[in-house]
Amino acid sequence: MTDLPAPSRFERPSAISFLGYAAGLVVLLWCLSGAGFSVEKVMTSPPRFADFLSRAFPPNLSTDVLTRLGWKMVETLQIAVAGAVLGVILSLPVALLAARGLIVGPWVNQIVRVALSVIRAVPDIAWALVFVVAVGLGPFAGMLAIVVDTIGFCGRFFADDMEATDNGPAESLTATGARGIDVVACATVPAAMPAFVSTALYALEKAVRSSTILGLVGAGGIGIELKVGFDLFDYPTALTVILMIAVVVIGIEQLSGYARIKIIGEQR
Amino acid sequence: MPGIRSSTRSSVSDLVISHRAEAIVRPDRTGAHGVPVPVVDIEAERIAKRFGDTSIFADLSFRLERGKATALVGANGAGKSTLLRCLMGLIPVSEGRVRLLQEDATGARAAKLRALRSRVGLVSQKHNLVPRLSVLSNVVHGLLGHRGGPRHWTHSLAPAASRTAALQALDKVALGHLALRRADRLSGGQSQRVAIARAIVSRPEVIFADEPCASLDPQAGEDVMALFFDLARQDGVTVVFTSHNIDHALRYGDRVLGLAEGRMKLDATGDSLRSADLRGLYD
Repeated sequence: MTDLPAPSRFERPSAISFLGYAAGLVVLLWCLSGAGFSVEKVMTSPPRFADFLSRAFPPNLSTDVLTRLGWKMVETLQIAVAGAVLGVILSLPVALLAARGLIVGPWVNQIVRVALSVIRAVPDIAWALVFVVAVGLGPFAGMLAIVVDTIGFCGRFFADDMEATDNGPAESLTATGARGIDVVACATVPAAMPAFVSTALYALEKAVRSSTILGLVGAGGIGIELKVGFDLFDYPTALTVILMIAVVVIGIEQLSGYARIKIIGEQR
Repeated sequence: MPGIRSSTRSSVSDLVISHRAEAIVRPDRTGAHGVPVPVVDIEAERIAKRFGDTSIFADLSFRLERGKATALVGANGAGKSTLLRCLMGLIPVSEGRVRLLQEDATGARAAKLRALRSRVGLVSQKHNLVPRLSVLSNVVHGLLGHRGGPRHWTHSLAPAASRTAALQALDKVALGHLALRRADRLSGGQSQRVAIARAIVSRPEVIFADEPCASLDPQAGEDVMALFFDLARQDGVTVVFTSHNIDHALRYGDRVLGLAEGRMKLDATGDSLRSADLRGLYD
Protein backbone atom coordinates (compact mmCIF):
# COMPACT_ATOMS: atom_id res chain seq x y z
CA MET A 1 0.00 0.00 0.00
CA THR A 2 1.27 3.43 -0.89
CA ASP A 3 0.74 6.53 1.26
CA LEU A 4 -1.37 8.15 -1.46
CA PRO A 5 -4.83 9.25 -0.28
CA ALA A 6 -7.66 7.06 -1.56
CA PRO A 7 -9.39 8.60 -4.57
CA SER A 8 -12.87 9.98 -3.93
CA ARG A 9 -15.72 7.66 -4.89
CA PHE A 10 -17.70 10.35 -6.67
CA GLU A 11 -16.61 13.37 -8.63
CA ARG A 12 -18.14 16.75 -7.86
CA PRO A 13 -20.11 17.77 -10.98
CA SER A 14 -19.07 20.93 -12.77
CA ALA A 15 -21.42 23.92 -12.73
CA ILE A 16 -22.47 23.18 -16.32
CA SER A 17 -23.16 19.52 -15.49
CA PHE A 18 -25.19 20.56 -12.47
CA LEU A 19 -27.26 22.96 -14.60
CA GLY A 20 -27.75 20.16 -17.16
CA TYR A 21 -29.04 17.72 -14.51
CA ALA A 22 -31.36 20.42 -13.09
CA ALA A 23 -32.71 21.25 -16.55
CA GLY A 24 -33.29 17.54 -17.22
CA LEU A 25 -35.27 17.21 -14.01
CA VAL A 26 -37.41 20.25 -14.90
CA VAL A 27 -38.14 18.81 -18.36
CA LEU A 28 -39.15 15.46 -16.79
CA LEU A 29 -41.56 17.18 -14.36
CA TRP A 30 -43.02 19.23 -17.23
CA CYS A 31 -43.57 16.04 -19.25
CA LEU A 32 -45.23 14.24 -16.32
CA SER A 33 -47.53 17.23 -15.87
CA GLY A 34 -48.39 17.24 -19.59
CA ALA A 35 -49.11 13.50 -19.41
CA GLY A 36 -51.66 14.14 -16.65
CA PHE A 37 -49.67 12.17 -14.08
CA SER A 38 -51.69 11.93 -10.90
CA VAL A 39 -50.69 10.05 -7.75
CA GLU A 40 -54.33 10.06 -6.67
CA LYS A 41 -55.37 8.24 -9.86
CA VAL A 42 -52.54 5.75 -9.44
CA MET A 43 -53.72 5.02 -5.88
CA THR A 44 -57.40 4.65 -6.85
CA SER A 45 -56.86 2.59 -10.03
CA PRO A 46 -56.25 -0.88 -8.47
CA PRO A 47 -59.88 -1.18 -7.27
CA ARG A 48 -61.13 -0.16 -10.74
CA PHE A 49 -58.75 -2.61 -12.37
CA ALA A 50 -59.97 -5.30 -9.98
CA ASP A 51 -63.54 -4.38 -10.92
CA PHE A 52 -62.72 -4.84 -14.62
CA LEU A 53 -61.12 -8.22 -13.90
CA SER A 54 -64.09 -9.35 -11.86
CA ARG A 55 -66.42 -8.50 -14.75
CA ALA A 56 -64.09 -9.99 -17.40
CA PHE A 57 -63.32 -13.20 -15.55
CA PRO A 58 -63.79 -15.93 -16.51
CA PRO A 59 -62.89 -15.31 -20.16
CA ASN A 60 -65.42 -16.36 -22.76
CA LEU A 61 -64.26 -19.81 -23.88
CA SER A 62 -67.43 -20.90 -25.65
CA THR A 63 -66.81 -22.87 -28.83
CA ASP A 64 -68.40 -20.42 -31.21
CA VAL A 65 -66.44 -17.47 -29.74
CA LEU A 66 -63.16 -19.43 -29.76
CA THR A 67 -63.78 -20.51 -33.36
CA ARG A 68 -64.57 -16.94 -34.47
CA LEU A 69 -61.59 -15.47 -32.61
CA GLY A 70 -59.34 -18.33 -33.81
CA TRP A 71 -60.05 -17.52 -37.46
CA LYS A 72 -59.48 -13.82 -36.76
CA MET A 73 -56.14 -14.73 -35.19
CA VAL A 74 -55.24 -16.79 -38.26
CA GLU A 75 -56.04 -13.75 -40.41
CA THR A 76 -53.88 -11.63 -38.08
CA LEU A 77 -50.94 -13.99 -38.55
CA GLN A 78 -51.51 -14.05 -42.32
CA ILE A 79 -51.35 -10.24 -42.38
CA ALA A 80 -48.20 -10.27 -40.26
CA VAL A 81 -46.34 -13.00 -42.16
CA ALA A 82 -47.26 -11.75 -45.64
CA GLY A 83 -46.45 -8.15 -44.70
CA ALA A 84 -43.19 -8.98 -42.96
CA VAL A 85 -41.91 -11.30 -45.71
CA LEU A 86 -42.74 -8.85 -48.52
CA GLY A 87 -41.30 -6.02 -46.43
CA VAL A 88 -38.05 -7.89 -45.78
CA ILE A 89 -37.66 -8.78 -49.47
CA LEU A 90 -38.29 -5.20 -50.56
CA SER A 91 -35.95 -3.91 -47.85
CA LEU A 92 -32.90 -5.53 -49.47
CA PRO A 93 -32.70 -3.30 -52.57
CA VAL A 94 -33.67 -0.29 -50.48
CA ALA A 95 -30.88 -1.08 -48.01
CA LEU A 96 -28.37 -1.42 -50.86
CA LEU A 97 -29.24 2.14 -51.85
CA ALA A 98 -29.09 3.37 -48.25
CA ALA A 99 -25.76 1.75 -47.31
CA ARG A 100 -22.85 4.15 -47.57
CA GLY A 101 -19.90 3.21 -49.76
CA LEU A 102 -21.49 0.23 -51.49
CA ILE A 103 -23.04 0.79 -54.88
CA VAL A 104 -24.38 4.33 -55.06
CA GLY A 105 -23.05 7.74 -54.09
CA PRO A 106 -23.55 9.58 -50.81
CA TRP A 107 -26.37 11.77 -52.14
CA VAL A 108 -28.53 8.77 -52.97
CA ASN A 109 -27.63 7.19 -49.60
CA GLN A 110 -28.77 10.33 -47.80
CA ILE A 111 -32.03 10.67 -49.73
CA VAL A 112 -32.96 7.01 -49.15
CA ARG A 113 -32.05 7.24 -45.45
CA VAL A 114 -34.24 10.32 -45.01
CA ALA A 115 -37.11 8.51 -46.76
CA LEU A 116 -36.66 5.55 -44.41
CA SER A 117 -36.68 7.91 -41.41
CA VAL A 118 -39.97 9.39 -42.62
CA ILE A 119 -41.46 5.90 -42.95
CA ARG A 120 -40.35 4.99 -39.42
CA ALA A 121 -41.55 8.29 -37.99
CA VAL A 122 -45.14 7.46 -38.98
CA PRO A 123 -46.63 4.81 -36.66
CA ASP A 124 -47.96 1.59 -38.18
CA ILE A 125 -51.52 2.41 -37.10
CA ALA A 126 -51.30 5.68 -39.06
CA TRP A 127 -50.07 3.79 -42.13
CA ALA A 128 -53.05 1.46 -41.67
CA LEU A 129 -55.43 4.46 -41.69
CA VAL A 130 -53.78 5.73 -44.88
CA PHE A 131 -54.14 2.35 -46.59
CA VAL A 132 -57.74 1.92 -45.42
CA VAL A 133 -58.45 5.13 -47.30
CA ALA A 134 -56.39 3.97 -50.30
CA VAL A 135 -57.55 0.35 -50.71
CA GLY A 136 -60.57 0.12 -48.45
CA LEU A 137 -61.33 -1.67 -45.21
CA GLY A 138 -59.91 -5.15 -44.63
CA PRO A 139 -56.74 -7.16 -44.16
CA PHE A 140 -55.09 -5.94 -47.40
CA ALA A 141 -54.78 -2.45 -45.92
CA GLY A 142 -53.24 -3.98 -42.81
CA MET A 143 -50.78 -6.01 -44.83
CA LEU A 144 -49.67 -2.93 -46.79
CA ALA A 145 -49.17 -1.05 -43.52
CA ILE A 146 -46.96 -3.88 -42.25
CA VAL A 147 -44.99 -3.93 -45.53
CA VAL A 148 -44.24 -0.21 -45.32
CA ASP A 149 -43.45 -0.37 -41.61
CA THR A 150 -41.09 -3.31 -42.19
CA ILE A 151 -39.28 -1.51 -45.02
CA GLY A 152 -38.71 1.49 -42.75
CA PHE A 153 -37.27 -0.75 -40.05
CA CYS A 154 -35.36 -3.38 -42.04
CA GLY A 155 -34.16 -0.98 -44.75
CA ARG A 156 -32.32 1.05 -42.13
CA PHE A 157 -30.93 -1.88 -40.15
CA PHE A 158 -29.95 -3.97 -43.20
CA ALA A 159 -28.01 -0.94 -44.47
CA ASP A 160 -26.29 -0.52 -41.10
CA ASP A 161 -25.50 -4.25 -41.02
CA MET A 162 -23.86 -4.10 -44.45
CA GLU A 163 -21.84 -1.03 -43.53
CA ALA A 164 -20.56 -2.81 -40.42
CA THR A 165 -19.25 -5.93 -42.18
CA ASP A 166 -15.54 -6.69 -42.31
CA ASN A 167 -14.16 -4.94 -45.38
CA GLY A 168 -11.47 -7.58 -45.99
CA PRO A 169 -13.37 -10.02 -48.25
CA ALA A 170 -14.84 -7.10 -50.22
CA GLU A 171 -11.37 -5.65 -50.74
CA SER A 172 -10.06 -9.01 -51.91
CA LEU A 173 -12.83 -9.31 -54.48
CA THR A 174 -12.38 -5.69 -55.57
CA ALA A 175 -8.74 -6.57 -56.11
CA THR A 176 -9.79 -9.23 -58.64
CA GLY A 177 -11.42 -6.53 -60.75
CA ALA A 178 -14.95 -7.49 -59.72
CA ARG A 179 -17.69 -4.92 -60.24
CA GLY A 180 -19.29 -3.25 -57.25
CA ILE A 181 -22.52 -5.23 -57.51
CA ASP A 182 -20.58 -8.52 -57.65
CA VAL A 183 -18.56 -7.53 -54.59
CA VAL A 184 -21.73 -6.71 -52.67
CA ALA A 185 -23.44 -9.95 -53.72
CA CYS A 186 -20.45 -12.19 -53.01
CA ALA A 187 -18.83 -10.58 -49.97
CA THR A 188 -20.99 -7.96 -48.26
CA VAL A 189 -24.39 -9.67 -48.32
CA PRO A 190 -23.13 -13.11 -47.20
CA ALA A 191 -21.16 -11.47 -44.39
CA ALA A 192 -24.21 -9.53 -43.24
CA MET A 193 -26.59 -12.48 -43.59
CA PRO A 194 -26.65 -13.51 -39.89
CA ALA A 195 -27.53 -9.93 -38.95
CA PHE A 196 -30.17 -9.87 -41.70
CA VAL A 197 -31.76 -13.03 -40.32
CA SER A 198 -31.81 -11.64 -36.80
CA THR A 199 -33.31 -8.34 -37.94
CA ALA A 200 -35.87 -10.09 -40.18
CA LEU A 201 -37.02 -12.34 -37.33
CA TYR A 202 -37.39 -9.33 -35.06
CA ALA A 203 -39.38 -7.63 -37.86
CA LEU A 204 -41.69 -10.64 -37.92
CA GLU A 205 -42.24 -10.42 -34.14
CA LYS A 206 -42.92 -6.71 -34.50
CA ALA A 207 -45.33 -7.36 -37.37
CA VAL A 208 -47.30 -9.89 -35.31
CA ARG A 209 -47.61 -7.40 -32.44
CA SER A 210 -48.64 -4.61 -34.83
CA SER A 211 -51.15 -6.73 -36.75
CA THR A 212 -53.09 -7.49 -33.55
CA ILE A 213 -54.12 -3.85 -33.21
CA LEU A 214 -54.55 -2.83 -36.86
CA GLY A 215 -58.11 -4.07 -36.66
CA LEU A 216 -58.89 -1.10 -34.39
CA VAL A 217 -58.89 1.07 -37.51
CA GLY A 218 -60.53 -1.49 -39.79
CA ALA A 219 -57.35 -2.90 -41.31
CA GLY A 220 -58.17 -6.55 -40.60
CA GLY A 221 -57.11 -8.96 -37.90
CA ILE A 222 -58.23 -9.65 -34.37
CA GLY A 223 -58.03 -6.03 -33.19
CA ILE A 224 -61.59 -5.35 -34.30
CA GLU A 225 -62.82 -8.05 -31.89
CA LEU A 226 -61.02 -6.29 -29.03
CA LYS A 227 -62.65 -2.98 -29.93
CA VAL A 228 -66.12 -4.52 -30.25
CA GLY A 229 -65.64 -6.35 -26.93
CA PHE A 230 -64.89 -3.12 -25.06
CA ASP A 231 -67.50 -1.06 -26.95
CA LEU A 232 -70.25 -3.57 -26.00
CA PHE A 233 -68.89 -4.02 -22.44
CA ASP A 234 -68.40 -7.70 -23.34
CA TYR A 235 -65.32 -7.90 -21.11
CA PRO A 236 -65.10 -11.74 -21.00
CA THR A 237 -64.70 -11.81 -24.80
CA ALA A 238 -62.27 -8.88 -24.66
CA LEU A 239 -60.20 -10.76 -22.07
CA THR A 240 -60.22 -13.83 -24.31
CA VAL A 241 -58.83 -11.68 -27.16
CA ILE A 242 -56.13 -10.24 -24.89
CA LEU A 243 -55.10 -13.71 -23.72
CA MET A 244 -55.05 -15.04 -27.30
CA ILE A 245 -52.86 -12.14 -28.41
CA ALA A 246 -50.49 -12.73 -25.48
CA VAL A 247 -50.22 -16.45 -26.21
CA VAL A 248 -49.64 -15.96 -29.94
CA VAL A 249 -47.12 -13.11 -29.52
CA ILE A 250 -45.15 -15.04 -26.88
CA GLY A 251 -45.29 -18.16 -29.06
CA ILE A 252 -43.98 -16.27 -32.09
CA GLU A 253 -41.19 -14.75 -29.98
CA GLN A 254 -40.19 -18.22 -28.76
CA LEU A 255 -40.25 -19.63 -32.30
CA SER A 256 -38.28 -16.67 -33.57
CA GLY A 257 -35.69 -17.08 -30.83
CA TYR A 258 -35.36 -20.78 -31.65
CA ALA A 259 -35.01 -20.04 -35.38
CA ARG A 260 -32.42 -17.35 -34.61
CA ILE A 261 -30.28 -19.79 -32.66
CA LYS A 262 -30.65 -22.54 -35.27
CA ILE A 263 -29.87 -20.31 -38.24
CA ILE A 264 -27.35 -17.84 -36.86
CA GLY A 265 -25.79 -20.17 -34.33
CA GLU A 266 -24.86 -22.65 -37.02
CA GLN A 267 -23.49 -19.94 -39.25
CA ARG A 268 -21.00 -18.61 -36.74
CA MET B 1 -9.26 -34.56 -59.86
CA PRO B 2 -6.62 -36.65 -61.66
CA GLY B 3 -7.81 -35.63 -65.10
CA ILE B 4 -7.66 -31.98 -64.30
CA ARG B 5 -4.34 -32.17 -62.53
CA SER B 6 -2.67 -33.55 -65.64
CA SER B 7 -4.16 -30.98 -68.03
CA THR B 8 -1.90 -28.35 -69.52
CA ARG B 9 -2.02 -24.61 -68.94
CA SER B 10 -3.75 -23.94 -72.23
CA SER B 11 -6.66 -26.27 -71.65
CA VAL B 12 -9.69 -25.67 -69.47
CA SER B 13 -8.87 -22.47 -67.70
CA ASP B 14 -7.84 -20.73 -70.90
CA LEU B 15 -11.48 -21.03 -71.91
CA VAL B 16 -12.15 -18.82 -68.94
CA ILE B 17 -9.19 -16.50 -69.11
CA SER B 18 -8.33 -15.92 -72.73
CA HIS B 19 -6.04 -12.93 -72.33
CA ARG B 20 -3.60 -14.88 -70.20
CA ALA B 21 -2.65 -17.07 -73.15
CA GLU B 22 -1.28 -13.97 -74.86
CA ALA B 23 0.50 -12.94 -71.72
CA ILE B 24 2.27 -16.26 -71.39
CA VAL B 25 3.75 -16.27 -74.87
CA ARG B 26 4.56 -12.55 -74.89
CA PRO B 27 8.38 -12.43 -75.04
CA ASP B 28 10.62 -9.97 -73.27
CA ARG B 29 11.37 -6.98 -75.40
CA THR B 30 14.62 -7.03 -77.33
CA GLY B 31 16.98 -4.08 -77.21
CA ALA B 32 18.88 -2.41 -80.05
CA HIS B 33 21.75 -4.91 -79.93
CA GLY B 34 19.57 -7.98 -79.56
CA VAL B 35 19.98 -8.01 -75.79
CA PRO B 36 16.67 -8.84 -74.06
CA VAL B 37 15.31 -5.88 -72.17
CA PRO B 38 13.41 -6.98 -69.09
CA VAL B 39 9.75 -6.10 -69.14
CA VAL B 40 8.70 -3.90 -66.27
CA ASP B 41 5.35 -4.96 -64.79
CA ILE B 42 5.18 -2.34 -62.04
CA GLU B 43 6.62 1.13 -62.13
CA ALA B 44 6.34 3.76 -59.41
CA GLU B 45 7.50 7.24 -60.20
CA ARG B 46 7.99 9.62 -57.27
CA ILE B 47 4.82 8.42 -55.59
CA ALA B 48 3.58 9.76 -52.27
CA LYS B 49 0.58 8.93 -50.11
CA ARG B 50 -0.99 11.10 -47.45
CA PHE B 51 -4.09 10.59 -45.31
CA GLY B 52 -5.09 14.13 -44.39
CA ASP B 53 -1.98 15.75 -42.96
CA THR B 54 -0.31 12.44 -42.21
CA SER B 55 2.28 11.39 -44.73
CA ILE B 56 2.55 7.62 -45.11
CA PHE B 57 5.37 7.62 -47.65
CA ALA B 58 6.85 10.05 -50.13
CA ASP B 59 9.09 10.20 -53.16
CA LEU B 60 9.20 6.48 -53.86
CA SER B 61 10.44 5.39 -57.28
CA PHE B 62 11.14 1.85 -58.47
CA ARG B 63 10.59 -0.50 -61.40
CA LEU B 64 9.78 -4.15 -60.80
CA GLU B 65 10.58 -6.66 -63.51
CA ARG B 66 8.35 -9.39 -64.85
CA GLY B 67 8.67 -12.77 -63.21
CA LYS B 68 10.65 -11.48 -60.20
CA ALA B 69 9.64 -11.54 -56.56
CA THR B 70 10.06 -8.36 -54.59
CA ALA B 71 9.92 -8.23 -50.81
CA LEU B 72 8.73 -5.04 -49.15
CA VAL B 73 10.09 -4.87 -45.63
CA GLY B 74 9.86 -2.36 -42.84
CA ALA B 75 8.57 -1.84 -39.34
CA ASN B 76 4.86 -1.63 -38.46
CA GLY B 77 3.41 1.60 -39.85
CA ALA B 78 6.19 2.00 -42.41
CA GLY B 79 3.56 2.08 -45.17
CA LYS B 80 4.11 -1.33 -46.79
CA SER B 81 0.45 -2.32 -46.98
CA THR B 82 -0.59 1.14 -48.13
CA LEU B 83 2.07 1.02 -50.84
CA LEU B 84 0.77 -2.37 -51.96
CA ARG B 85 -2.78 -1.00 -52.22
CA CYS B 86 -1.57 2.04 -54.14
CA LEU B 87 0.27 -0.19 -56.62
CA MET B 88 -2.96 -2.15 -57.22
CA GLY B 89 -5.00 1.03 -57.59
CA LEU B 90 -7.18 0.10 -54.62
CA ILE B 91 -6.40 3.50 -53.15
CA PRO B 92 -5.09 6.46 -55.16
CA VAL B 93 -1.62 7.91 -54.70
CA SER B 94 -1.46 11.52 -53.55
CA GLU B 95 1.42 12.34 -55.90
CA GLY B 96 3.38 10.65 -58.62
CA ARG B 97 2.49 7.98 -61.14
CA VAL B 98 1.96 4.22 -61.00
CA ARG B 99 2.18 2.03 -64.09
CA LEU B 100 0.85 -1.49 -63.73
CA LEU B 101 1.35 -4.01 -66.52
CA GLN B 102 2.44 -1.22 -68.85
CA GLU B 103 -0.77 0.72 -68.23
CA ASP B 104 -1.06 4.00 -66.38
CA ALA B 105 -3.04 3.20 -63.22
CA THR B 106 -2.92 6.74 -61.82
CA GLY B 107 -6.20 8.50 -62.32
CA ALA B 108 -7.50 5.64 -64.49
CA ARG B 109 -11.26 5.38 -64.88
CA ALA B 110 -13.05 2.70 -62.90
CA ALA B 111 -13.55 0.38 -65.88
CA LYS B 112 -9.87 0.54 -66.82
CA LEU B 113 -8.83 -0.05 -63.22
CA ARG B 114 -11.10 -3.09 -63.05
CA ALA B 115 -9.60 -4.43 -66.27
CA LEU B 116 -6.11 -3.95 -64.83
CA ARG B 117 -7.01 -5.56 -61.52
CA SER B 118 -8.43 -8.57 -63.33
CA ARG B 119 -4.85 -9.29 -64.37
CA VAL B 120 -3.50 -9.27 -60.81
CA GLY B 121 -4.20 -11.27 -57.66
CA LEU B 122 -4.14 -10.38 -53.97
CA VAL B 123 -3.36 -12.57 -50.99
CA SER B 124 -4.00 -10.88 -47.65
CA GLN B 125 -2.77 -11.48 -44.14
CA LYS B 126 -6.29 -12.22 -42.87
CA HIS B 127 -7.11 -14.50 -45.84
CA ASN B 128 -10.33 -12.53 -46.39
CA LEU B 129 -12.45 -15.47 -47.42
CA VAL B 130 -16.22 -15.08 -47.24
CA PRO B 131 -16.80 -17.18 -44.12
CA ARG B 132 -20.28 -18.60 -44.73
CA LEU B 133 -19.64 -19.71 -48.30
CA SER B 134 -18.02 -22.88 -49.51
CA VAL B 135 -14.35 -23.09 -50.35
CA LEU B 136 -15.26 -23.65 -54.02
CA SER B 137 -17.50 -20.56 -54.17
CA ASN B 138 -14.68 -18.50 -52.66
CA VAL B 139 -12.31 -19.68 -55.37
CA VAL B 140 -14.90 -19.12 -58.13
CA HIS B 141 -15.09 -15.51 -56.89
CA GLY B 142 -11.50 -15.11 -58.06
CA LEU B 143 -12.89 -15.13 -61.61
CA LEU B 144 -15.30 -12.24 -61.04
CA GLY B 145 -12.92 -9.78 -62.70
CA HIS B 146 -13.28 -11.69 -65.96
CA ARG B 147 -16.78 -13.06 -65.71
CA GLY B 148 -19.04 -11.04 -63.45
CA GLY B 149 -22.72 -11.60 -62.80
CA PRO B 150 -24.89 -13.97 -60.80
CA ARG B 151 -23.48 -17.12 -62.38
CA HIS B 152 -20.20 -16.48 -60.56
CA TRP B 153 -21.76 -15.56 -57.23
CA THR B 154 -21.79 -19.18 -56.12
CA HIS B 155 -20.22 -22.37 -57.43
CA SER B 156 -23.68 -23.92 -57.77
CA LEU B 157 -24.53 -21.54 -60.63
CA ALA B 158 -21.04 -21.23 -62.11
CA PRO B 159 -20.42 -22.42 -65.68
CA ALA B 160 -18.62 -25.75 -65.98
CA ALA B 161 -15.40 -24.14 -67.21
CA SER B 162 -15.26 -21.82 -64.20
CA ARG B 163 -15.95 -24.65 -61.75
CA THR B 164 -13.22 -26.72 -63.37
CA ALA B 165 -10.76 -23.83 -63.24
CA ALA B 166 -11.57 -23.32 -59.56
CA LEU B 167 -11.18 -27.01 -58.78
CA GLN B 168 -7.90 -27.03 -60.66
CA ALA B 169 -6.66 -24.09 -58.56
CA LEU B 170 -7.77 -25.90 -55.40
CA ASP B 171 -5.91 -28.99 -56.51
CA LYS B 172 -2.75 -26.92 -56.88
CA VAL B 173 -2.97 -25.99 -53.21
CA ALA B 174 -3.87 -29.60 -52.33
CA LEU B 175 -7.35 -28.73 -51.07
CA GLY B 176 -9.52 -30.19 -53.82
CA HIS B 177 -11.03 -32.60 -51.29
CA LEU B 178 -12.37 -29.68 -49.21
CA ALA B 179 -14.13 -27.93 -52.08
CA LEU B 180 -17.57 -28.03 -50.47
CA ARG B 181 -16.49 -27.29 -46.90
CA ARG B 182 -17.51 -23.93 -45.47
CA ALA B 183 -14.65 -21.47 -45.44
CA ASP B 184 -15.10 -20.69 -41.74
CA ARG B 185 -14.46 -24.33 -40.86
CA LEU B 186 -10.89 -24.38 -42.18
CA SER B 187 -7.67 -24.06 -40.23
CA GLY B 188 -5.61 -20.88 -40.68
CA GLY B 189 -3.18 -22.60 -43.03
CA GLN B 190 -5.98 -24.10 -45.10
CA SER B 191 -7.73 -20.71 -45.31
CA GLN B 192 -4.59 -19.08 -46.62
CA ARG B 193 -4.15 -21.82 -49.19
CA VAL B 194 -7.72 -21.22 -50.37
CA ALA B 195 -6.92 -17.51 -50.59
CA ILE B 196 -3.92 -18.40 -52.75
CA ALA B 197 -6.16 -20.58 -54.95
CA ARG B 198 -8.56 -17.65 -55.32
CA ALA B 199 -5.66 -15.40 -56.29
CA ILE B 200 -4.24 -17.79 -58.90
CA VAL B 201 -7.49 -19.09 -60.41
CA SER B 202 -7.62 -16.20 -62.89
CA ARG B 203 -4.00 -16.90 -63.83
CA PRO B 204 -2.81 -13.41 -62.92
CA GLU B 205 0.34 -11.82 -64.26
CA VAL B 206 1.12 -10.13 -60.94
CA ILE B 207 0.31 -11.26 -57.41
CA PHE B 208 0.44 -8.95 -54.43
CA ALA B 209 0.72 -10.65 -51.06
CA ASP B 210 0.32 -8.64 -47.87
CA GLU B 211 2.09 -10.54 -45.08
CA PRO B 212 0.71 -13.83 -46.35
CA CYS B 213 1.83 -15.89 -43.36
CA ALA B 214 1.60 -13.33 -40.54
CA SER B 215 -1.47 -14.94 -39.00
CA LEU B 216 -0.15 -18.50 -39.23
CA ASP B 217 1.95 -20.58 -36.88
CA PRO B 218 5.61 -20.89 -37.96
CA GLN B 219 5.26 -24.28 -39.64
CA ALA B 220 2.04 -23.38 -41.49
CA GLY B 221 3.70 -20.10 -42.48
CA GLU B 222 6.68 -21.93 -43.96
CA ASP B 223 4.41 -24.33 -45.83
CA VAL B 224 2.26 -21.53 -47.23
CA MET B 225 5.25 -19.46 -48.36
CA ALA B 226 6.89 -22.46 -50.03
CA LEU B 227 3.67 -23.38 -51.82
CA PHE B 228 2.94 -19.80 -52.82
CA PHE B 229 6.36 -19.24 -54.37
CA ASP B 230 6.39 -22.65 -56.03
CA LEU B 231 3.17 -21.78 -57.82
CA ALA B 232 4.22 -18.23 -58.64
CA ARG B 233 7.58 -19.31 -60.09
CA GLN B 234 6.02 -22.18 -62.02
CA ASP B 235 3.83 -19.69 -63.83
CA GLY B 236 6.41 -16.91 -64.11
CA VAL B 237 4.22 -14.57 -62.12
CA THR B 238 5.56 -11.27 -60.82
CA VAL B 239 5.20 -11.18 -57.03
CA VAL B 240 5.29 -8.29 -54.62
CA PHE B 241 5.00 -9.31 -51.00
CA THR B 242 5.33 -7.66 -47.63
CA SER B 243 6.80 -9.52 -44.69
CA HIS B 244 8.10 -9.00 -41.21
CA ASN B 245 10.02 -12.22 -41.54
CA ILE B 246 13.53 -11.24 -42.61
CA ASP B 247 14.38 -14.83 -43.50
CA HIS B 248 11.38 -15.01 -45.86
CA ALA B 249 12.26 -11.68 -47.44
CA LEU B 250 15.81 -12.84 -48.18
CA ARG B 251 14.88 -16.36 -49.20
CA TYR B 252 11.98 -15.57 -51.50
CA GLY B 253 12.71 -12.01 -52.61
CA ASP B 254 14.80 -11.61 -55.75
CA ARG B 255 14.82 -8.00 -54.70
CA VAL B 256 14.24 -6.40 -51.31
CA LEU B 257 12.86 -2.89 -50.84
CA GLY B 258 13.07 -1.49 -47.32
CA LEU B 259 10.78 1.26 -46.09
CA ALA B 260 11.41 3.37 -43.02
CA GLU B 261 9.92 6.70 -42.01
CA GLY B 262 8.02 6.81 -45.29
CA ARG B 263 11.16 6.65 -47.42
CA MET B 264 12.93 3.96 -49.37
CA LYS B 265 15.95 3.11 -47.23
CA LEU B 266 17.00 -0.09 -48.93
CA ASP B 267 16.92 -1.45 -52.47
CA ALA B 268 19.04 -4.50 -53.08
CA THR B 269 18.93 -8.01 -54.46
CA GLY B 270 18.03 -10.72 -51.98
CA ASP B 271 21.30 -12.55 -52.65
CA SER B 272 23.43 -9.56 -51.70
CA LEU B 273 21.84 -9.06 -48.28
CA ARG B 274 22.27 -10.63 -44.87
CA SER B 275 19.77 -10.53 -42.06
CA ALA B 276 21.82 -7.92 -40.23
CA ASP B 277 21.45 -5.53 -43.18
CA LEU B 278 17.69 -5.37 -42.63
CA ARG B 279 17.68 -4.91 -38.89
CA GLY B 280 18.30 -1.18 -39.20
CA LEU B 281 14.87 -0.83 -40.75
CA TYR B 282 13.27 -1.91 -37.50
CA ASP B 283 15.24 0.40 -35.16
